Amino acid sequence: MQLEAEPHGGTLVVHVNESRIDAAVAIRFKDLMRDLTAPPADRVVLDLSLVEFLDSSGLGAVVAVMKSLSPEKRLELAALTPNVARVFRLTRMDGVFRIHETLDSALCEGARDAG
Amino acid sequence: MLAERKTEKVQIQRMLQRAEPRIFHYQFVADPLSVRYALRAAMARFLRQMTETEAGTLELILAEVLNNIVEHGYENSGEGSITLSIVRDRRGMNCAVSDDGTALPLECLLHSESEGAGGHVRPDPGKLPEGGFGWFLIRDLAEELGYRRENGHNLLAFRLPLEPA
Repeated sequence: MQLEAEPHGGTLVVHVNESRIDAAVAIRFKDLMRDLTAPPADRVVLDLSLVEFLDSSGLGAVVAVMKSLSPEKRLELAALTPNVARVFRLTRMDGVFRIHETLDSALCEGARDAG
Repeated sequence: MLAERKTEKVQIQRMLQRAEPRIFHYQFVADPLSVRYALRAAMARFLRQMTETEAGTLELILAEVLNNIVEHGYENSGEGSITLSIVRDRRGMNCAVSDDGTALPLECLLHSESEGAGGHVRPDPGKLPEGGFGWFLIRDLAEELGYRRENGHNLLAFRLPLEPA
């Protein structure tokens, strides 16, 4: 599983360089996210632009990461593909996460908050 | 005579080519990576016969069904086999999944939105659930969901309706 963390001011961006977050990688995803998000940050933005498929195990893993980061860090999501956005909508978990259309808009907002 | 036979052969070949993509049948070991591979093979077979949304929905339903069998039916033992059959007809994608794992609890098949109504309770997003979504997704997205337990085998069947092409 390829994840890449990149700091932007007080925001830590994690790019998911994988086409799937599914049952086969859900545990690995949680473990890697715990390691990558160890540095101090106000919020973590998960860049999902390359993820084409997310199942309920993958969704559960994203929720678990959000819970493990709080309350020190907020987990926000960016650039969901249509299939992934639908899983959040169908499970009504889209109301639980701050979801940004694009990574740029997520970063702009962070910059505004900081300013 | 020879030419006639050749024409016949070509016609049969064409017929088979037309018929073949409508059926998918695959047996595999019940572990997460094999499920992934089975999904990829099934989606590759039918990709051009569905819209992108329909393909996403089919892959999601199948993933939930197959992962449930791996995790609960076979209790993550990595042993046992799953057979997935899909037939496309005018009404949609007709799917049948069979396995030899433990019986499916019947409440998985029941719709219920509130506690005490029998069946599982839909996970409450406010409580930040990490699981329990699978059967709700399956029941929300699939039609004609049916289950049968026979001689130690599970057979689950359902349909994903497709928009008329």
